[in-house]
Amino acid sequence: MKSINDRSQDIGPLVSQTDDGIIICRCEEITKGEIRQAIHDGMFTVNEIRRYLRSGMGLCQGQTCGKLVKSLIARELDVIPAQLDPANSRSPMRPVEMKVLGNEEVHHV
Amino acid sequence: MSKHSDVIIIGGGIIGNATAYYLAKKGLSVTVLEASKDIGIGGSSRNGGGVRQSGRDTRELPLAMWGIKNLWPGLSEELGVDVEYTQKGNLRLGKTEAHQKILQGLTDKAVSCGLDVRMINGDEIRAINPYLSDEVTCASWCPTDGHANPLTATLGYYKKARELGVRFITESPCFELRKIKGAIRQVVTPDAIYEADKVLVAAGYDSRKLLATVGIDVPMMPLKMECLVTEAEPPMFLQMLGTAEADFYGHQSKHGSFVFGGSSGFEPFNKDNGTPISSSIGASCTCRGIIKYFPALADAKIVRAWAGWLDDCADHVPVISPVEEVPGLYIACAFSGHGFGIAPAAGYNIAEMIADGHSTIDLSALRYDRFKPKQ
Repeated sequence: MKSINDRSQDIGPLVSQTDDGIIICRCEEITKGEIRQAIHDGMFTVNEIRRYLRSGMGLCQGQTCGKLVKSLIARELDVIPAQLDPANSRSPMRPVEMKVLGNEEVHHV
Repeated sequence: MSKHSDVIIIGGGIIGNATAYYLAKKGLSVTVLEASKDIGIGGSSRNGGGVRQSGRDTRELPLAMWGIKNLWPGLSEELGVDVEYTQKGNLRLGKTEAHQKILQGLTDKAVSCGLDVRMINGDEIRAINPYLSDEVTCASWCPTDGHANPLTATLGYYKKARELGVRFITESPCFELRKIKGAIRQVVTPDAIYEADKVLVAAGYDSRKLLATVGIDVPMMPLKMECLVTEAEPPMFLQMLGTAEADFYGHQSKHGSFVFGGSSGFEPFNKDNGTPISSSIGASCTCRGIIKYFPALADAKIVRAWAGWLDDCADHVPVISPVEEVPGLYIACAFSGHGFGIAPAAGYNIAEMIADGHSTIDLSALRYDRFKPKQ
């Protein structure tokens, strides 16, 4: 299996594609072209792309675009998607108001 | 693939990446070995983003002040990545007389080092930040402090260093340092042995086990800290915030979301399950603290919470030092939660230390052999 650990390996030039303008991460409005550019900047993992571009950091937390980002990386680096880890999942599962998380009242039934 | 370079850096966090970048700029060949699959996955990208001088120990303050004067303002341009550096001051808030005493003590120390920081009262505080509750009665105010984006700063250094020819190898956990003829020479990983004339260990808490292979110890422990982030909110304020009790700290990012870090009091006693995972009480406790200071944020939604390890030094100040008893070996670890803000200055000065044998800022107060038993 090809390794992506050597970050200086030659992955070829970044060739623009006609659909580079389509939006991959809808929450943060990150395009396919921006993600492909980030991979050529050295971001070889879903976590790195996410931290570099904010893809998957919006309201849905990457539940929509996670797999798309992964397949873009796999294609650009010429590896199989299963080789790449998904982004870290974080609590809470859904957005929660601070006043709910920080509620101090205890209701005894 | 050559296994030899002028310098090997162990740890692909912001300290390792920044040092690699400044060494490459000086024309040295550098290899960075990162244990995990991701660059900058440790404390470098898990912190609250403070770029502060106020509240810092006087031993590390010169480094913090030099970096804010000389490196942070031009960093986005230099790296070609927006690090979102915002220099709009730091408010360290207090509500009680005990808080006032803590803040006054910190302020007096910083003033003695030449920092522009002063105590202000409730009205002055609300003139700077009108969203703070009336419970807030005192604060230290340092107008030259600020914040930045830890994610893009860490990866920005990585990107730029890589462009300059630095080799980064991920999933390469180093488990042994080897000397040849008394000087550092080899770094052993499961896949390969790398060689260099000089080696920098900048692997956070993991530095401790590795340094032990050449008989060196830095007294530090891993300490878990937790952060959370809200959805994007309308722009409210630009200052960095903290509190006397350190209940929470944070800022509003360029994107609009509020990033806050906080503690529940149980951090040193968290179970170590091998990964830094948020506890069930952490986010709730931090939210309670925030709402008392910022009632207006009660309806802001938390979208994500995370945790990370600090490499907490016995005296809570970093170790940045050459190791004379192992010629060629250098240490930069035990940043104790202060690593992000001083990282550019630390990287710049460590690169000078390695390449030129001396640094712009005198780092002798941060030496590795400063730890003495009590008398």
